[in-house]
Amino acid sequence: MAEITLRAMAHSYEKHPAGPGDYAIRQLDHIWERGGAYALLGPSGCGKSTMLNIISGLLAPSEGQVLFDGEPVNHLSPRERNIAQVFQFPVVYDSMTVYDNLAFPLRNSGLPGARIRERVNEIAEVLELEPLLRRKARNLTADEKQKVSMGRGLVREDVSAILFDEPLTVIDPQLKWKLRRKLKQIHEQFDITMIYVTHDQLEASTFADRIAVMYEGRIVQFGTPTELFENPNHTFVGFFIGSPGMNLMDVARCEGGVQFGATRFPLSEGLVKRLAETDSDNLRLGIRPEFIKLTEPAPDSCPAVVEDVEDLGTYQIVTARLEGQSIKVRVPEDTRVQREQEVHLHFPARWLKLYVDEYLVEEAP
Amino acid sequence: MSLQLENVSRAVDGVDFIRDADLTFEAGSFNVLLGRTLAGKTSLMRLMAGLDKPDSGRILYNGEDVTGQSVRKRNVSMVYQQFINYPDLTVYENIATPLRLAKMNPEELDRRVQETAAMLHIENLLSRYPLELSGGQQQRTAMARALVKDATLILFDEPLVNLDYKLREDLRSELRQLFRERQCIAVYATTEANEALALGGTTTLLHEGRVVQSGPVAEVYRRPVNTLAAELFSEPPMNLLPGRVSQNSVIFGERTSHRLTRELGDLAEGEYLFGIRPSHVGLSPTGKHDLALEMEVELAEISGSETFLHAGNSDFDVVVQELGVHASEPGDPVKIYLPMNRLFVFDQHQALVHTPVDTGGGHG
Repeated sequence: MAEITLRAMAHSYEKHPAGPGDYAIRQLDHIWERGGAYALLGPSGCGKSTMLNIISGLLAPSEGQVLFDGEPVNHLSPRERNIAQVFQFPVVYDSMTVYDNLAFPLRNSGLPGARIRERVNEIAEVLELEPLLRRKARNLTADEKQKVSMGRGLVREDVSAILFDEPLTVIDPQLKWKLRRKLKQIHEQFDITMIYVTHDQLEASTFADRIAVMYEGRIVQFGTPTELFENPNHTFVGFFIGSPGMNLMDVARCEGGVQFGATRFPLSEGLVKRLAETDSDNLRLGIRPEFIKLTEPAPDSCPAVVEDVEDLGTYQIVTARLEGQSIKVRVPEDTRVQREQEVHLHFPARWLKLYVDEYLVEEAP
Repeated sequence: MSLQLENVSRAVDGVDFIRDADLTFEAGSFNVLLGRTLAGKTSLMRLMAGLDKPDSGRILYNGEDVTGQSVRKRNVSMVYQQFINYPDLTVYENIATPLRLAKMNPEELDRRVQETAAMLHIENLLSRYPLELSGGQQQRTAMARALVKDATLILFDEPLVNLDYKLREDLRSELRQLFRERQCIAVYATTEANEALALGGTTTLLHEGRVVQSGPVAEVYRRPVNTLAAELFSEPPMNLLPGRVSQNSVIFGERTSHRLTRELGDLAEGEYLFGIRPSHVGLSPTGKHDLALEMEVELAEISGSETFLHAGNSDFDVVVQELGVHASEPGDPVKIYLPMNRLFVFDQHQALVHTPVDTGGGHG
């Protein structure tokens, strides 16, 4: 098990990168702590696969260092780093039994037979593979095969980290949550550093204690699922996390706050002060659909017209037009609301977030 | 324009692909086929398109029997899961293909291609080639080709499944807008209950080649005819708790007894299955008629803005859907509340016998 440090690390697939646009990963420092359960989350093309390959050793970064427990490993192979990997598609030997598949990595390392048996049985028990040990892998279902793949990663005792690359892609939707639970149990039981790469927020938030959200080659936020939801550090996190994502309004400065068209949003004194420190005009106000309320007309409510109502069964998404922009509001299933209707929106101050140049601005502590 | 399937069946090597499908699709309607993998969605669409012939039953367009007619004679477009485009043609030519085949005059063709491309937000990519595009842009190109001609029937076979969920959200709401004004029949297959709800229109539930239920989406969702329909049309699936009614109480599982309240209507004595949606199960009481259960957390699944708490005791497993992010660890004790006025009741044959009072938005 290892602590993995990325120091001034950057990667470009170009021989002579000319500008930031040529980098798949822009320069960053990051520490994956020993024993942590992490996710690397982002859309396709954000750099997460490049990041994973650099950690595993399939790719050497073009700049900076990768350290395992303080030792540089830039040019060590995945094998030399003792990294185990679980991919989208299960990697098992079809002609071997489940037992032999699990024992294979240990036989290669020359462990005594009795110890191999002990270890294979231990892993089979955790993964609930015991009834299948004598079966040939080719006869297994996709989720069973994927459990064998995980078992092959877990069985070695000297493993420094396990990397998962979208491991549930081929699993039936009804079985996914069971494998998610299994992964969490494994993490608790074995205390191994685990990094889980995905574009799916559900996978990431369920598995990980902390999530690194990647966007355009950068980690724009590294936080708990609660932090990503309640306090997105970057407009992209606001947009990407949550369905639908955060509402973002282009605003301008005004006395004591910001304004969105003719609608004024007063800000706290602390925020007004922070706003005065920058001269950027790229100002946005963000609020999640879950936090906007439909209310009776009130001094601090904004009149808007309903453009669309989506009935999603357990709740509704109302799209309302305010100052020429569509604002999405999540309302309970039993709220009666119709297209063309005038409604009043209340934006609780606590959930209004100010972004300058796309990054969150908070009051100085 | 209407499309009618009359007792249509098709089997391959003795295996039923579609059994006794009896369905009508009207012009200007948006129809979702919802079912798990291999439920028969693709088979049904191939029959509608004329790509396959039924073993028995008839297919009627506007009342006219077209059962034996080939796909070429029917005015059908299809969009598949895989992004299928002509790799050596530009986006413009990809979209124009059906119009060139129909020998449309150049001005009209250009007008249509530009208009359709704009509708799908790919008007800036017309000179590019498919392989230079992202997955989302490739699928938009395929959709544009399907939409550019005035097909009477457009079939979408899980078109968004290979895209990430943010793109799915966008394309889904665009599709709703696009079809509001069109007079064709749109049929859209998906495995996801939430997608069916988001798309609206008519929903047909399919399972093992058979139609389980069909009707306006809100109706099918709020009045599932049986437990299978309830499970298929709920993500996560509806919780089902076995119980026994005797005199004026309900005994859930082995030991949890509850007074038979007015909300449950008049249930005769006997065995039932009580269904409740995960979103109606709570972690705090809603009233004095809640059924309270002591359970243990199995897993908290967090979707970014919601939490799905899987919990259980020796009698039941239940999923609770909560707004917001609520971390909890496997093994944590948890008390959950089931409001009696939210319960569906199914009889021993798994048919619906009691529906909770409709609390839906009511906008149809």
